[in-house]
Amino acid sequence: MTQTDTRVGSASAGPAPGPARPFWTSRRRDQLTGFVFIAPQLLGSVVFVILPLILVFWYSLHEWNVLAGTFDFVGTENYQGLADDPNLGAVLRATGLFSIGLVVFNLGLALLLAVLLNQRLRGTIVFRTLFFSPVVVSLVAWTIVWGFLLQDNGGINGLLDTIGVDGPNWLRGEGTAMVSVIVVQVFKNVGLNMVLFLAALQGVPADLYEAAEVDGASRMRQFWRITVPLISPTILLTSIITVVGSLQVFAQIAVLTQGGPGTSTTVLVYYLYQQAFQFHHFGYGATLSILLFVIVLALTVLQWQMRKRWVFHES
Amino acid sequence: MRAGKALRGVAVALTGALALTACGGGGEAADSGPAKLRMTVWSANEAHLKLFNEIADEYRKSHPDVAEIKFDPLPFDTYTTTLTTQIAGGNAPDLAWVFENSAPDFVASGALLPLDDTLKKAEGYQYEDISPATLKLWQNDGKLYAYPFSTSPFGVFVNTDMLKKAGQKTPAELIAAGQWTWDNALTTAAATAANSGKAGLVIRDFDYKGWDNLSTFWTGWGAQAWSEDGKTCGFNSPEMVDAMTTLHKATFTQKALPGPGTTADFFAGDSAMTITQISRASLLKDGGFGWDLVPLPAGPKGDYAVVGQAGLGVLKKSPHAKQAADFLAFFTNPTNSAKLAQFFPAPRQSQLTAETLAKTNPKLKPEQLQKVVIDGITNGVVKPNHSGQAELSQQVRAGLDPLWQPNADVKVVLDGVCAKIQPLLAK
Repeated sequence: MTQTDTRVGSASAGPAPGPARPFWTSRRRDQLTGFVFIAPQLLGSVVFVILPLILVFWYSLHEWNVLAGTFDFVGTENYQGLADDPNLGAVLRATGLFSIGLVVFNLGLALLLAVLLNQRLRGTIVFRTLFFSPVVVSLVAWTIVWGFLLQDNGGINGLLDTIGVDGPNWLRGEGTAMVSVIVVQVFKNVGLNMVLFLAALQGVPADLYEAAEVDGASRMRQFWRITVPLISPTILLTSIITVVGSLQVFAQIAVLTQGGPGTSTTVLVYYLYQQAFQFHHFGYGATLSILLFVIVLALTVLQWQMRKRWVFHES
Repeated sequence: MRAGKALRGVAVALTGALALTACGGGGEAADSGPAKLRMTVWSANEAHLKLFNEIADEYRKSHPDVAEIKFDPLPFDTYTTTLTTQIAGGNAPDLAWVFENSAPDFVASGALLPLDDTLKKAEGYQYEDISPATLKLWQNDGKLYAYPFSTSPFGVFVNTDMLKKAGQKTPAELIAAGQWTWDNALTTAAATAANSGKAGLVIRDFDYKGWDNLSTFWTGWGAQAWSEDGKTCGFNSPEMVDAMTTLHKATFTQKALPGPGTTADFFAGDSAMTITQISRASLLKDGGFGWDLVPLPAGPKGDYAVVGQAGLGVLKKSPHAKQAADFLAFFTNPTNSAKLAQFFPAPRQSQLTAETLAKTNPKLKPEQLQKVVIDGITNGVVKPNHSGQAELSQQVRAGLDPLWQPNADVKVVLDGVCAKIQPLLAK
C-alpha cells in the first residue's frame, strides 16, 4: 500500500529519485566473490613476487654496505659495473653451457625414455617408477649423495675400476665438473618431462600410424612426421620449463662444486649469491638478478614467439 | 543479504591484512621492558651451550633488566653469510662470534660497538691481563671492537698406533732427536699411508678449497698470502713457490697427503696425522687409537706457530647494546674466562700456564699444553685475514684450482693467483 502511494505521489510531482538501489547488486556480489577467491593468490603474488621485484630494481640502483649500514644511491653505476666485471663473461659462458647441456640432454633422454616406455612391453611400470622417483626426492639430499659418488675414490670410479677404467676426478676437472653437474640435474628431473611426453604420446591417434604404415612410411619417418608434430605443444612446454629451470640452478652448484674448479661451474644464480651474500655487494647482486630476469624473460618470449613456426595447431 | 555481509567482512579482513603487511617490518621493536639478548655462535656442541647457559643464568640472577639470553647456533660453513644476511634483514643479533678471516670487515665497518670502556670499567675484569698480541686483529684506531675469546693454535695430531705399525718413528721421537721437520713429517706420512692403505697427513678443513688453512704449512717457509700492509700479493714470492712446490710433490708424487676429492677424517681413524686446532681434541674418543699432539714441524725457516682466532662483539644496531656489552664483560671476566678455557684457549696471560690449562684440558698432557698451546699463542701468527676477505678468498680458491692437478706448473699458477687478487689488494 505504501509503495503504491509513493509511486502516485512521485508521478504527480514530476521526476524524482527512485528507490535507492541496493549497493550489493548481484553483479557486485559476484565480482567481490571472484576477488575474494583470488585474493590469497593475489596477496601472495604482490608480497612475494611483485614487491620483491620492485625492491630488487631499487636495490640495484644503490650501493648497500650491510655491515656499515649504509645505503647510497649510485644511479646506473652497478649496471656499468656489468660491463667492467672481469668474471661476468666466464659466468655467462658457464650458464649458457649448463643450460644448453641440460636442455638437450634432459629433453632428449626424456623423449627417448617416453618413446621406449610407450611400447607395450613387460616391466614398463617398474621403469617408469624408477625414472620418476628422483623427482620426489629432496634436491639437496640427492645432490649430497651424488657428491659422494663422484669423489675421486667414490662409487662411480669404484665401479669403473672393476672394469679396468681409471675414472677422472669428476668434480675437480674443469670439463668433467660441468658434465657431472648437468648429469646430476638431468637424472633428478628427467622423470617429470618423461611423464609429460608419455602422456602426449598416448594422445597421438593410433590410426595415423596405421595409415602411415599402409603408405609405407618407416618407423623413423613416422616419428618425425607424425609423433613430433603432434607432441610439439608438450615439447614447447617442457622446453620452457627446462630452460627457465636451468637458469635457476643453485643448490647443485653450491653442494657439488661451489662454482669451481676455477669459475668453470659458476653459473649466474650462484655468482649473484656470491656477490650479494658472500662478498656483501648487495647492490651489484641485485643488478645481476635483474640481468637474470631479463635473460629469462627474453628466452621465454623468444620461445613463445617461435612456437608459431613449429608447434602443431599454432600456425 | 547475510552472504553480502559475510563477504564484506572477509574483504575488510583481507584489506586489513594487506595494509598490515605493507606497513609492517619497518622499524625496530620498542626498546621497553627487560631486554632479551641473542648471541650467534657457530658451535652447536651441547657441552659448549651448557656452559654458556650456566654463565648466562648466573648473570641474569643479578641483572633483572635482562629477561633472556639466547645462544643461537648457526651452521659453521655458512656462519658469516648467515650473520650478514640477518643483519641485512633487520634481524641482527645483539652479540656475535666473528671469525678471524672476517675480523677486518667487521672491525673497520663500524658494525660493532667499541668495548674498551665497558671492559676496563667492569669490576675485577683485569683488562691488562689480556695478551696484547691477541687483541691486535680486533682493534681499529686504538679501539677494541671484539674480545678474542678463542685463540687456538694449530698442532699436529698423530695416530701413533698407525705410525708404529708402519715401522715409523713417532713425532715425539723425532722431536727428541731434533728431527721434527717438514721433510721428515711428509716422509713419515707417505710411508704410513703406503703401509696402511689409509691417508697420510690431512690438513683439516682445507679439502683443496679452504686454502687459508695452508698457512699452517707455508709459514714454515716464511711465506705469506700478502704483505703485512695487505697491499701486495705474496703468492708468487720465492718462499711461497718453494712451499707450494713441496706441497704439490707431497700430494701427487710422494702421496703423503690425500689428493683432491678424497675425504679422510683423522678422528675416525682414516689418516696417520692431521693439522688442526687443539680445540678438536674433544673429537678424540676414549678407548680409540693411541694418539699424540705435537707442534707444527719446522720448515726451512725454523720453528713457527699459527693460530686461529675468534672474537666476540656487540652489534651497534642492537636496541640493547649497552646490556649486551655488560653481559660480554661478565661472560669474559677472569672467572668465566677460566671456565671457557676448557674449550676455547683464553687470551689472559695469567691463565696461560700448563697447570691452569691442564685442569680444563684433561686429554692433553702438560708438555703438550706448553709446547703447542702456550708457545703457540705467544709466538703464533694469525691465519690470513684482509678486508673484503670473502671476495679475495674466492679469487684465491679459483686461482689455486689449477694447482691441484698432477702436471701443474706451480710458478705459473701462483703468478695467476696474484694477477687475480692484486687489483683487490690494491683497492
